Amino acid sequence: MLVSVLNGLAIGSLLFILAVGLSLVFGMMDVLNLAHGALFLGGAYLGAAFSGSWGGFLTAFGIAAVGGLVAGAVLSLMTAPLRRRSHLDQALLTLGVAFVVAELLIIAFGDDPLSAAAPPALDGSVTVLGVVYPTYRLVLIGVGAVLAVAVYLVVERTRVGALVRATVADREMVATIGIDNRLVTTAVFAVGSLLATTAGVLGGPVYGARPGLDATVLILALVVVVIGGLGSVRGALVGALIIGQVDTLGRVLLPELASFVLFAALALVLVLRPQGLFGGPAAVGAR
Amino acid sequence: MTALRCTGLSRSFGALKAVDGVDLAVGTGARHALIGPNGAGKSTLFKLVSGTMRAHSGAVELAGRDVTGLSEVARCRLGMSQTMQHASLFGSMTAAETVALAAARHEGGRISPLPRRRPAVWTRAGELLAEVGLAERRDVPVPALSHGERKQLEVALALACRPSLLLLDEPAAGMSPAESARLVELLAGLPAEITVLFVEHDLDLVFSLADSVTVLHLGRVLLSGTPDEVRASEAVREAYLGAGRREELFTA
Amino acid sequence: MTAVEAPAVPGGAAAVTPRAPRGWTGLVTVVVVVVLAAVPLFLAPFATTTLTRILVFALFAVSLDLLVGVTGLPSLGHAAYFGAGAYAAGWVSINVTAEAPVPLLAGAAVGAVAAALTGWITVRSAGVFFLMLTLAIGETMHQLANTWDSVTGGANGLIGIPSVRIAGAPLTNAGFVHWYVLAVFLLGFALVWLVARSPFGTALRGIRDNEPRMRAIGYPTALYKYAVFVFAGGVAGLAGSLLAAQARFVALPDIGFLTAAFALLAVVIGGAGSLWGACLGAALVILVRDALGPSLGGHGTLLLGAVFVLVVYLLPRGAAGVRLRRRGTS
Repeated sequence: MLVSVLNGLAIGSLLFILAVGLSLVFGMMDVLNLAHGALFLGGAYLGAAFSGSWGGFLTAFGIAAVGGLVAGAVLSLMTAPLRRRSHLDQALLTLGVAFVVAELLIIAFGDDPLSAAAPPALDGSVTVLGVVYPTYRLVLIGVGAVLAVAVYLVVERTRVGALVRATVADREMVATIGIDNRLVTTAVFAVGSLLATTAGVLGGPVYGARPGLDATVLILALVVVVIGGLGSVRGALVGALIIGQVDTLGRVLLPELASFVLFAALALVLVLRPQGLFGGPAAVGAR
Repeated sequence: MTALRCTGLSRSFGALKAVDGVDLAVGTGARHALIGPNGAGKSTLFKLVSGTMRAHSGAVELAGRDVTGLSEVARCRLGMSQTMQHASLFGSMTAAETVALAAARHEGGRISPLPRRRPAVWTRAGELLAEVGLAERRDVPVPALSHGERKQLEVALALACRPSLLLLDEPAAGMSPAESARLVELLAGLPAEITVLFVEHDLDLVFSLADSVTVLHLGRVLLSGTPDEVRASEAVREAYLGAGRREELFTA
Repeated sequence: MTAVEAPAVPGGAAAVTPRAPRGWTGLVTVVVVVVLAAVPLFLAPFATTTLTRILVFALFAVSLDLLVGVTGLPSLGHAAYFGAGAYAAGWVSINVTAEAPVPLLAGAAVGAVAAALTGWITVRSAGVFFLMLTLAIGETMHQLANTWDSVTGGANGLIGIPSVRIAGAPLTNAGFVHWYVLAVFLLGFALVWLVARSPFGTALRGIRDNEPRMRAIGYPTALYKYAVFVFAGGVAGLAGSLLAAQARFVALPDIGFLTAAFALLAVVIGGAGSLWGACLGAALVILVRDALGPSLGGHGTLLLGAVFVLVVYLLPRGAAGVRLRRRGTS
């Protein structure tokens, strides 16, 4: 039971890192980035390729971070001309990018599932309240918590964060009062993508790297974002923790129906609160 | 006999009471105008009546029948029909197809999932277009129509629903004087069993068409009466020109 | 109806009455059907099989076009119903009978039932939530197919599907299978085409153009969207049963995200809303994936991904061009 709760927390913190970028990008730019899962997969493959030593882990981390930033900036530029188009267009574009990235990854790394080992000294187990538990997952929970606090502080306490929140609340208004937020949107896109790729590296020892993982984590992240409300950091955190627990518990208790449990959670939230748990009314009208 | 009765209708947005305890009775066959300065709650009241928006409290009766809990679709089926302030139509259809769409729903036949000829529907659409003066433009795609023509098409679309109560939200807004004169003629010529409730800013049009007027101010009914009574009212003048003007700045 | 007749300029030439101009359209249809029917007599079995696969995928794309192009519901999870139909038809063929109409009916019924179970919440959501929900449904069905391996064969796929039988005789020859698929394709296409041109289809286009206005003139739009969602699910299931008949093997990718996305690509390439166009788009997708793919080292997906990106930039009105025109009207 405790193991399940801890697993849920570990998955939850990973999901938060993944989902917060997706959520902010959508909230700020009204772009649903379906390539987010592919970015995660890119990080996961990097993590698997360099796994086994601290040097390798950090190298993977560095490459993933830079790659994520660049990919996010490029995606931001690519979606810019489509701002006024329908969601379907943006979805198609990011979907196309996702396919290209995923296919390139398969060409580079082959289509067999790869596993990534945790860095030395973290690959063992420790005893928590009488239960043996992998050290790495505990670290993951810690990293997730630190990142959650960091993102929260940036968004809630800094000037840039204030602009981000204002843009999420009322995009038209921010544009009308003459603030050129293109730089900020690009930066948010870049940082959001960076979080996705690094989440891939971090998640390597948990999920491994395999074709199709991109779609799985994308769906998880979307569910988190929908439950939490589009564009809300707090919502993404709560959503990630909920889904982390629901997903892990579901797999333990009803392994056959785990995916239905997830879908049921999503459907329930959308029926009861279409704007998500923390979404403002603005998100409802967003079409 | 009243065609429409609202009792204690209210709706607020946060702290703003957009419509605040409005009582309104519109007699059958009336040409009833709803006027008031910007932000008076006219559009919100219209949405509450048509069912596009749910009231927080109060009731709406259509010809003696309580429709408060009914959806917009159900109210339309019971004879309530509306035109929109901003002509919002169907971008891929022609004028005739637009009217036929509504006529098909209200001419008794069911909406078949297999192709049908439906001559009755097309005849009706043609008649309605002729009635609003768009007979020549029946095969023009909606995006190619002028603004005034689209407003005329809105009226034809609303009439195609065979309404007993017609709700017109600023029917003459953006029309040329000639178009607006045509509209007055059309509305004046509607059969007496159709009750008309309309919001309009052009007071000349209001006084030439309406036989009763309700003035809304800050979400409440300021006065209901004949056009002469409204014209003579100090309170209305003040709401429009005096104190109201200043408040308007803050409530609009 | 403009959408059906004039794929090149969607909505360009607006017709006066709901009657179709005969003549050219009819002639072209007859020629196309005759050519399709004659193919097994002239082409090698491999080429015939490729064409058969195109027909299967085209029927699936047509069912999706009814949602995306005609009704304005951009589903990312339509493969769920295609795959459900394919598994159902395969399972029935193995365990009950492979006698002709039975697998077809089973596929269509299971596709429609799956759509009916998942559709109500979906059609009541709008915009980006619709995209997400359909995506989630697709993924859920994929997972279900993976875990429920006593019926679906799980990761190994459903193998050993017998040939379809007509009046007791199994269709083993590629040519006969082609004719069988062609006949069902024509039936399914005609069904969708009729619905799209019916008063109901006109109402669906009204919903695509302006849903609030449709409610205001008395159409219960959620009900209409639900009806078309279930119908499209049924047609997708029918296409799925053709897949089972043609490939005699159903695997996880057939119910997966990639299949759904490729169908969407086919619809968009062909010009959303034109059912003919969806068929041409399907042909392109299958040719790239199956015929050109092997020469690219099995990475046809890479090329199709690039096509996705290009299509979005090259279609000036956007993939859902019809949607954008609404702005011009208001």
